Amino acid sequence: MIHSLFLINSAGDIFLEKHWKSVISRSVCDYFFEAQEKASTPENVPPVISTPHHYLINIYRDKIFFVSVIQTEVPPLFVIEFLHRVAEMFQDYFGECSEASIKDNVVIVYELLEEMLDNGFPLATESNILKELIKPPTVLRSVVNTITGSTNVGETLPTGQLSTVPWRRTGVKYTNNEAYFDVVEEIDAIIDKSGTTVIAEIQGVIDACVKLSGMPDLTLSFVNPRLMDDLSFHPCVRFKRWEAERVLSFIPPDGNFRLVSYHVNAQNLVAIPVYVKQNISFFESGFSGRLDITVEPKQTMGKIVEGVVVTVHMPKVVLSANLTPTQGTYNYDPVTKVLAWDIGKLNQQKPPNLKGSLSLQSGAPKPEENPSLNIDLKIQQLAISGLKVNRLDMFGEKYKPFKGVKYLTKAGKFQVRT
Amino acid sequence: MSSSSAFNDDKGGSSSIGEPEYGHDPASGGIFSSDYKRHDDLKEMLDSNKDSLKLEAMKRIVAMIARGKNASDLFPAVVKNVACKNIEVKKLVYVYLVRYAEEQQDLALLSISTFQRGLKDPNQLIRASALRVLSSIRVTIIVPIMMLAIREAASDMSPYVRKTAAHAIPKLYSLDPDQKDQLIEVIEKLLADKTTLVAGSVVMAFEEVCPERIDLIHKNYRKLCNLLIDVEEWGQVVIINMLTRYARTQFLNPNANESLLEEGTEKAFYGSDEDEGKEEKVEAAALVAKRKPYVMDPDHRLLLRNTKPLLQSRNAAVVMAVAQLYFHLAPKAEVGVIAKALVRLMRSHSEVQYVVLQNVATMSIKRRGMFEPYLKSFYIRSTDPTQIKVLKLEVLTNLANETNISTILREFQTYIKSMDKDFVAATIQAIGRCATSIGEVRDTCLNGLVQLLSNRDELVVAESVVVIKKLLQMQPERHSDIIKHMAKLTDNIQVPMARASILWLIGEYCEHIPKIAPDVLRKMAKSFTNEEDIVKLQVLNLAAKLYLTNSKQTKLLTQYVLNLAKYDQNYDIRDRARFIRQLIVPTDKSGALSKYAKKLFLALKPAPVLESPFKDRDHFQLGSLSHLLNAKAGGYQELPDWPEVAPDPSVRNVEVPEWTKCSSREKRKEKKVEKPFYSDSEGESGPTESADSDSDTGSGTGSGSEESGSESGSEESEGESESDKEEEEEKHKRKSKSRAKKSTQESEGSEPSSEDERKKPPKGKGPKAASDSESEEEEEEEESSSESSESESEGESESDTDTRMKQKTCASKPPPRQPKKETEMSLLDLDDFEPTPSPQVTPVNNFVSSSLVTDLEGLSLSDSALSPAAVSPASGPVKSYELLHRITGEGLSVSYCFSRQPFSHDPHMVSVQMQFTNNGDTEARNLRIQEPKLQSGMRIAEFPEIDVLPPGETVTMVMGIDFSDSTQAANFQLCTHTRKFFLTIQPPVGELMMPVFMTENEFKKEQGQLTGMNEITEKLTLGETCQGDAAIVQRVTSTASLSRVPCGSEMKCRFAGKTVTSGSLVLVTIVTREQLVAQLTVNCEKMLIGTMLVKDILQALSQ
Repeated sequence: MIHSLFLINSAGDIFLEKHWKSVISRSVCDYFFEAQEKASTPENVPPVISTPHHYLINIYRDKIFFVSVIQTEVPPLFVIEFLHRVAEMFQDYFGECSEASIKDNVVIVYELLEEMLDNGFPLATESNILKELIKPPTVLRSVVNTITGSTNVGETLPTGQLSTVPWRRTGVKYTNNEAYFDVVEEIDAIIDKSGTTVIAEIQGVIDACVKLSGMPDLTLSFVNPRLMDDLSFHPCVRFKRWEAERVLSFIPPDGNFRLVSYHVNAQNLVAIPVYVKQNISFFESGFSGRLDITVEPKQTMGKIVEGVVVTVHMPKVVLSANLTPTQGTYNYDPVTKVLAWDIGKLNQQKPPNLKGSLSLQSGAPKPEENPSLNIDLKIQQLAISGLKVNRLDMFGEKYKPFKGVKYLTKAGKFQVRT
Repeated sequence: MSSSSAFNDDKGGSSSIGEPEYGHDPASGGIFSSDYKRHDDLKEMLDSNKDSLKLEAMKRIVAMIARGKNASDLFPAVVKNVACKNIEVKKLVYVYLVRYAEEQQDLALLSISTFQRGLKDPNQLIRASALRVLSSIRVTIIVPIMMLAIREAASDMSPYVRKTAAHAIPKLYSLDPDQKDQLIEVIEKLLADKTTLVAGSVVMAFEEVCPERIDLIHKNYRKLCNLLIDVEEWGQVVIINMLTRYARTQFLNPNANESLLEEGTEKAFYGSDEDEGKEEKVEAAALVAKRKPYVMDPDHRLLLRNTKPLLQSRNAAVVMAVAQLYFHLAPKAEVGVIAKALVRLMRSHSEVQYVVLQNVATMSIKRRGMFEPYLKSFYIRSTDPTQIKVLKLEVLTNLANETNISTILREFQTYIKSMDKDFVAATIQAIGRCATSIGEVRDTCLNGLVQLLSNRDELVVAESVVVIKKLLQMQPERHSDIIKHMAKLTDNIQVPMARASILWLIGEYCEHIPKIAPDVLRKMAKSFTNEEDIVKLQVLNLAAKLYLTNSKQTKLLTQYVLNLAKYDQNYDIRDRARFIRQLIVPTDKSGALSKYAKKLFLALKPAPVLESPFKDRDHFQLGSLSHLLNAKAGGYQELPDWPEVAPDPSVRNVEVPEWTKCSSREKRKEKKVEKPFYSDSEGESGPTESADSDSDTGSGTGSGSEESGSESGSEESEGESESDKEEEEEKHKRKSKSRAKKSTQESEGSEPSSEDERKKPPKGKGPKAASDSESEEEEEEEESSSESSESESEGESESDTDTRMKQKTCASKPPPRQPKKETEMSLLDLDDFEPTPSPQVTPVNNFVSSSLVTDLEGLSLSDSALSPAAVSPASGPVKSYELLHRITGEGLSVSYCFSRQPFSHDPHMVSVQMQFTNNGDTEARNLRIQEPKLQSGMRIAEFPEIDVLPPGETVTMVMGIDFSDSTQAANFQLCTHTRKFFLTIQPPVGELMMPVFMTENEFKKEQGQLTGMNEITEKLTLGETCQGDAAIVQRVTSTASLSRVPCGSEMKCRFAGKTVTSGSLVLVTIVTREQLVAQLTVNCEKMLIGTMLVKDILQALSQ
């Protein structure tokens, strides 16, 4: 299926190549570079490129292009999904997925890629199994390794691959047994000029960090499970029990993983936590413009809205901005034409305001349209949908684990049109 | 494959260009400079004893590979470490090996034994990893070993090893597609596996090797459906895609009734995938009316039910796979469930969105209702990449209908203001499409578009004008006011493209605005000189059209415009003016064309059709690469149409006991016209294959020796690979020859021919002598002389041999034909009966083989089939090979044969009897061997120097070679007092062993210990000329130096031997089943030897 993989940085250098079948020359990437040139931004490079002998399927992640070469029919999503798994695995192993970290750990990367695919077909993509085979690098281990000459490759064999719960490694042991769950909800919304909601949706995920010894069998139940509408599960979740009882029953993988992601069935009754008043206008005469933005808290359920950032992609003709914020700091990057206003916490009494003038390129016609605002925000200790975890039970092990649930609401793709 | 190898060629070049750049790379730390001295450095580290140094070296090498730099020159140094104890070193060596084995095939072979050992490890994970690496080494010569290993692993206890075996199948298939039949057998076996671990991998192998063998799925269909949810996610994708195809061939279309009867014609047309033309549709409709109400096959339901939960998978590919399954297979009412899941995927990465949207776009054309509730999820954000925006727009347009059009248009209005001009252009087109499909909003859309004409952006205006033009062409009479409006716009709009488009419209529809058009022309005439060229051309067009329709008012204006154009700077415009004038203005000279001027200019132009680019894309399986590209990708399996009548569902019943399988298969065969079934095809392929694999044992003489002679002078180091190639070539030759059958008489004596057949009988009398131990000596003597004469005759022309044979046949009074066969050896033995003129031969009595005895023995057995006592330990006739041709040897010719006698000085050596003949006119002196160049482990015991060899004389000498149980050639120099010759001896595998005497019980006991990987079993069809025990024994013993094990069964022949160097047992069993069908089993600890021996014996027996 997947013949080869090339990693290409934003400068267009191929800094890693791996072949699972016969070697394919890196010159095949020229077709990719051609497509990249045509596309205005990296995001606009078509994910599937057809060349005379091969097909290139690529993803763009963390400023790296993962370009895979295939020769025959294969579902494109299969390859795309796999490439994302690879990127996630790098993230998991090295803390970040960047050119530098990949180059520093090129041997581990190679070993990982070798294990993840066999003849182009995915073999082991579960992080638990891979970590058993190849230990992730840590400062301590690399020091120890240089002294003792021991290795990163696990001496043990990946027993997980053989078991019926392939996502969990065996022989897990902790002194502190803990299980944490983060319920994170994101609001996707489009607000039009007049302040009415065009569309608003809540997407949620439950991320878990489980460090429990042995083979625990967990059951997570909710106060109001009906809120969760369209779920997708980690393979460990028993689908039948969810269907029947609306509880999440599972033997967890060891470490961090995403248990569930869901969509909230709110029928457009989504609480929008902030209200944005804005006025952006450009004038033909004098090549200038005016900008006035106010962000007010709205339905916050008594919590504090924090980490508020407003980002505006200005039209090309805007040269500079001369603004005064009543709170926070702003920054206008004249190269990317992005205005970012970092507000921080929202003040209930005195809504923050950003006001001032924009100067335009002289001679150029004034922009016809106003840029839309992208809002970022966070609300701690609140799931905006009102979802609540009822309890977590553990079976199969004797000890008493420490349990914790955290809620967080974030803005997802939250856009205000002007 | 071919393309990739083409890429390989320029590999070196491209990587070397890239090198300087990497040298400066800080991350590489300057370690990876391409300097070859550095590589020496690495070699030293690899040769050291310390694991840490080795590891460091391997890490650097892997880093080089990762950068795409060539590290192939380190191959020998790296491969040595393949058996290293340190796991990480070992793993990195594997990485290296898999990467470069293809380029360095000979050296890669050195590592094979390590993996073979691994295959027998008690730990399943080690077995699996050995198989994985072994099968990843793309070296054609180990194909038989891989095949064997896969077969073995397919019946391993551990499901993990079986999974690995399934993974190995496509690897082997891509390496050697000829193995297909055997691989299908393995796939069939693995498909029956009941573990989830194996299921995904084997279906993957099925899809790559034999996707057309849908019949293999029947029995496993229900099991696959039930296991599906527990299979790992990647396997799920493959299985679901395969089952979609399967279901399309086995079940009835659940939507056949509705789609034909309800909805508009267009819908119905899409809905039924079965029919292609309108007439057919009518027929089908009639058929449907007759058909009894549709009842879904329970297996069809099972599939739908078991895949549905997978819509909840976290893996986008799985969700997409289920979605396409539902789209292609589910009744219309149930398809809706997939919409929600697909919409959820839109939250994912932009690449996932891109693919999902493509599929949604196709689905939304056919099943619009499905996505309507999620309309808003396709609204566009300014931060979306353009390609996503355009796709969302496509979906929104497909979803537009009377009820939601107003919301959609409002959305579109905001999009039109976007900064992304490509996107705006796409939006305008989308508006145009909405306007064409929904009549109610056509005017609103038109008005909106007309406003856009004043946009500053040329792209927007051009797109608007194009769309307006298209819309107006549909019903021009109703929109004369818009045309009027556009006419007014000419005063304001400056964009030339837009002005030109407007002028075209006015010209085209000037009849609808008879008053305004001339006025526009007047204005344009006024400003003509200041207009852009494209506008000028349209002014000319307008003038011409007006002149034709309304010449009274515009005659002068037209003349004026044409005159202006006549002196324009641009020659296009001047040409156009001249052309138009000739065409429309009637003059005396005006040609025939001017009559048709009106038809030419005012022809009715067809309205352009605005339709989705995704229309009809659903004939590709959704979610596939082909669908995305809208072009068939390599290896794409067409989604079949629903069958008219469902095939028998009982084929999926699994209760049928094993032994009735055949009959049920036959049934199936009758029903569907399919390819020949496996058992059949195997029967056919078995013998051909063994014919290909033909050993060089049989070939040796004519062409073979010549090649070796000429080659020996050249490249010694490459002896292995060279001879491989030769082997290959010969294989091909052989194939064609064996097809040509009798026409090949003139070829080497090894070819069975009618001549040989007739010769056999004279021996018929001999057999009794075989049991008679006294007569043996004499016979042997005769035999030995026959050997020498034989070696001479080799050199002679074939015609010579032929004539001799004829003589013989006459002399020996051929009795009537018998079905019994024998090999070429017996042919040569016939020389015994004729005085051989070679008195110079010094018979080396010790080495006289008892081959004749064996021959006789074989024949005796044919008479008295069971005479265990008669078995002689040493057996097999002797064939001679040319080592040095007399022309190359300047008069000196050397031939050799394997005498099959123990080498007296060293029992681990194979004795090679060499015969030196001086055909020249000067004497040769000081014949001796020098500078043997041997593979590791090989040894040579030289023969004593021959002082003088006078002209015309022949001397026989014996030397010993320890081939170290490999068929690698031994290379050495033969020196005379004047010259040196480079010579090569390559042993046939059968000569690497010596006979061992064994009883039947001992044999069985030993065989019991050599099962598993050490056992190779092949079915074969005996050749026409090879029937009966005698013939079999004869052929086997002539192929390999084995002795027959006495046994009590008529149908079984057993042979035993051991390899000369290591003394590993070689056990051969041949069981004759019925006429011509037999089974060959070879047990040998050395798998390579075993495999090659199987080939040779198959070859010998099937001739």
